[in-house]
Amino acid sequence: MSETMIENINLSKQEEEQREKPSLEDRPIVICARDIVKSFGERLILKGISVNVHHGEVLVVIGPSGCGKSTLLRCLNGLEPIDSGEIELDGELLTKPGTNWNLVRQKIGMVFQNYELFPHLNVMDNILLGPIKVQKRKKTEAKQKASAWLERVGLLDRADSYPRELSGGQKQRVAIVRALTMAPEVMLFDEVTASLDPEMVREVLDVMLSLASQGLTMVIVTHEMGFAKAVADKIIFMDEGHIVENAPPDVFFNNPETSRAKKFLNMFEFKGIKKV
Amino acid sequence: MDLDFAIKCIPLFWAAGKLTVTLAFFGIILSLVIGFICAVLQYYRIPFLKQLAGIYIELARNTPLMVQLFFLFFGLPRLGILIPGKTCAIIGLAFLGGAYMAEAFRGGFSAVGKTQLEAGLSLGLSRLQLLRYVIFPQALAVSLPVISASTIFLMKETSVFSIVALPDLMYLAKDLLKEGHSIESNLMLVISYLVIILPVSLFFAYLERRARFAGFGS
Ligand SMILES: Nc1ncnc2c1ncn2[C@@H]1O[C@H](COP(=O)(O)OP(=O)(O)OP(=O)(O)O)[C@@H](O)[C@H]1O
Ligand SMILES: [Mg+2]
Repeated sequence: MSETMIENINLSKQEEEQREKPSLEDRPIVICARDIVKSFGERLILKGISVNVHHGEVLVVIGPSGCGKSTLLRCLNGLEPIDSGEIELDGELLTKPGTNWNLVRQKIGMVFQNYELFPHLNVMDNILLGPIKVQKRKKTEAKQKASAWLERVGLLDRADSYPRELSGGQKQRVAIVRALTMAPEVMLFDEVTASLDPEMVREVLDVMLSLASQGLTMVIVTHEMGFAKAVADKIIFMDEGHIVENAPPDVFFNNPETSRAKKFLNMFEFKGIKKV
Repeated sequence: MDLDFAIKCIPLFWAAGKLTVTLAFFGIILSLVIGFICAVLQYYRIPFLKQLAGIYIELARNTPLMVQLFFLFFGLPRLGILIPGKTCAIIGLAFLGGAYMAEAFRGGFSAVGKTQLEAGLSLGLSRLQLLRYVIFPQALAVSLPVISASTIFLMKETSVFSIVALPDLMYLAKDLLKEGHSIESNLMLVISYLVIILPVSLFFAYLERRARFAGFGS
């Protein structure tokens, strides 16, 4: 299912499927989180987070630093165990004993703030590690897919380079390709442009925009408000471990309900004026 | 200085050197295996085995090789366990070296960032695959200088083998000393150890350079 979806993305630049935003809620739920509670030691970080990610939906998570955005993403793919609550992937309960997280994580791609490419492997080997060693795919076939993705993000000529030879923006595009080549059902992005020089932010965001426009299911944590507005189907605004607002982007950005969200957005308005 | 005598002794030193190298080789290979296993047990915090590894490391590092060999060679037979001398030597060296190699690998493992592990995990790698494809290659580059130093240290430690009556280089030199050729046998001894250990040093220096060129582990 996701295989064919990824393939379509790969092959069909012209026949891009137009997303029908109103019907998103009717689509099957890919990730369902119910009342997630997570603490580190004594400190409660997530205080009951419930959210659904529908097939083809782009969910953008924003909120002040330290509110638990990264923690939420890391809970979704099991990098952090949760204290209570439930997580489902495609209707299957993950938060029960005996879950094979290695299998689950193949369906949930993740991209990190600091790329986390493997420094001892070149670009192609970075990308192929998962498909070949984890998914046991044939090398030629996997390589073909990897090359197609690399071409799409404009890095086919860097397949033999080592991470240290790439710019931040290039590294992050490789990291995205590495996750995509696993053909995941959903991708998690954790502030993937936060470590980049400003002139490289765009090239990475453009890749993500094009993935969104072709129907990839994504959960994106970002501080790029313009990008959030453009890419999101739904925004959740988190503060102090709670989801404070959950709304479509136009509603959230134009008429935030809570004063906390207003205050948060004002911070960026101010920044925006200074930038101009 | 009796050069003729020295030259005449070359075959003897060759034979003794071969024994030293053989024992060192197997002892060090084994110590790498033991060290790696201990480091993995500690790294993955395997309950019980982790503590066992810790006790072993302290025991091995804080007792002299000579004492360890005495135990194997003279102590165990009292308990009815007879181990041939060469095996004793290899076991002793591996026992000592394992602790040093464990420390070397531990340093390498801990230098691989937690976020690298998470990147590997999020690709669906199992813990074993993570170790093999992500952690170990990076850790090795970091561990290499310590592995190198430990290897050379262990090669020099082999000179203790003579006390359990193994005809290694040291044993031979002591033998010749008794015959009164102190200068010659000393010189040959120095040369023998140099010939054996220097190439190993150079080889490790080369490996370290390559690891640095590869641009990780530093
Ligand atoms: N492994 C950990 N151990 C202890 N505390 C942690 C750990 N990871 C995160 N925290 C704490 O949890 C809180 C939430 O962290 P998190 O990284 O989820 O925030 P965030 O919303 O992603 O912030 P930012 O925008 O700065 O990335 C922070 O106060 C952080 O210090
Ligand atoms: Mg974060």
